[in-house]
Amino acid sequence: MKVILGGLAQPATSLANNTGNWRNERPVFLQKACTGCTMCAVICPEGCVYSVSKKVFTFDAKYCKGCGMCAAECPVDDIEMVMEEK
Amino acid sequence: MEKHLFLAGHTACYGCGEALGARLVVDAAGPNIITTDATGCLEVFSSRWPQSAWAVPFVHSLFENSAAVASGVEAALKALGRQVEAKVIAQGGDGGTADIGLQCLSGMFERGHDILYVCYDNEAYMNTGVQRSGLTPYGSNTCTSPSGKVSWGNRYLKKDMPAIAAAHGVPYIATASVAYPKDVQAKVKKALSITGPKYIQVHVPCPLGWKSDPALTIKVAKLAVETGLYPIYEMENGVVTKVRKIPRPAKPVTEYLKLQGRFAHLFKKGGGEGEVKKIQQIADENIKKYGLLSEAAAKVAVEAEKE
Repeated sequence: MKVILGGLAQPATSLANNTGNWRNERPVFLQKACTGCTMCAVICPEGCVYSVSKKVFTFDAKYCKGCGMCAAECPVDDIEMVMEEK
Repeated sequence: MEKHLFLAGHTACYGCGEALGARLVVDAAGPNIITTDATGCLEVFSSRWPQSAWAVPFVHSLFENSAAVASGVEAALKALGRQVEAKVIAQGGDGGTADIGLQCLSGMFERGHDILYVCYDNEAYMNTGVQRSGLTPYGSNTCTSPSGKVSWGNRYLKKDMPAIAAAHGVPYIATASVAYPKDVQAKVKKALSITGPKYIQVHVPCPLGWKSDPALTIKVAKLAVETGLYPIYEMENGVVTKVRKIPRPAKPVTEYLKLQGRFAHLFKKGGGEGEVKKIQQIADENIKKYGLLSEAAAKVAVEAEKE
């Protein structure tokens, strides 16, 4: 990354941060009852949950901090948090 | 990943409501904006030099002058005849808005700049370690309003910022909550379609400062609304024009308070019932003042569930 002096930063450079390694638990998208409501994608504080197709969602492991908001708010309990094993 | 204007890789805590709020706001506003932000959590976790989580122009001002810097940006756009090219959004936390930045914000309102000011209200100075601010609710335990033998936490009421903005003759004022993301985005879009100063206050839970479960951020935010403690409404030209109705009967405030460690002392120490009663009274007054209870209870409850 090019560093500019004088307190300036290039836009959209935070993507270099690997915040995914903060994670204790990872979301597992069960894909049994998903209705495609997009709630998980909308409320993710990282914005790292996204849809692959209409009723299939997944997350970006590079950024997911494992907060569990998607699992807590899924209206059909189709997301489960499981302990991360390294 | 989906394309956002506020990007991943920012260093906010697990379950941060403010990170969610900021993303909702800039995504709704679109790419043609210039943003400023007062010192605070948002600035710290989104613009860790030499990185930036913003995909739009972003200026970090000082703690007190987000509104003043935005005023300058807007005036410059006008002077260059380029005001159609970009909208200006000033941002700040509750401390940077209601306490430290209040005079600059007042100036911005007074001069009538065409700026949307967004206040992310997490109800204390979270960035510096949870000190009380003008928007900290009654009874909250913070490190400058600690609960103890003789204290029940913060003894002042939450400042009514929308009313302060309304007193300046601001054409559009709204409160919102991250529990209702679509509502936040609709309000940002509506605000940007209006010329002149605008003020939106978004309620954003802070799991660290509120000592709540990060996974329950949305649930906590929803309960603040459903108990009547955080009324969601729109004000146009000084008149309340739209209110988010809550299911009847309103939930008791204890349901909201018990999820958060910052109110734990109200339930541990003898005599806390009186304080809880006072908080219930605040909620009841809000319900009465804004007419929050819905007429058709069941229908609204179902709609709220959907969103």
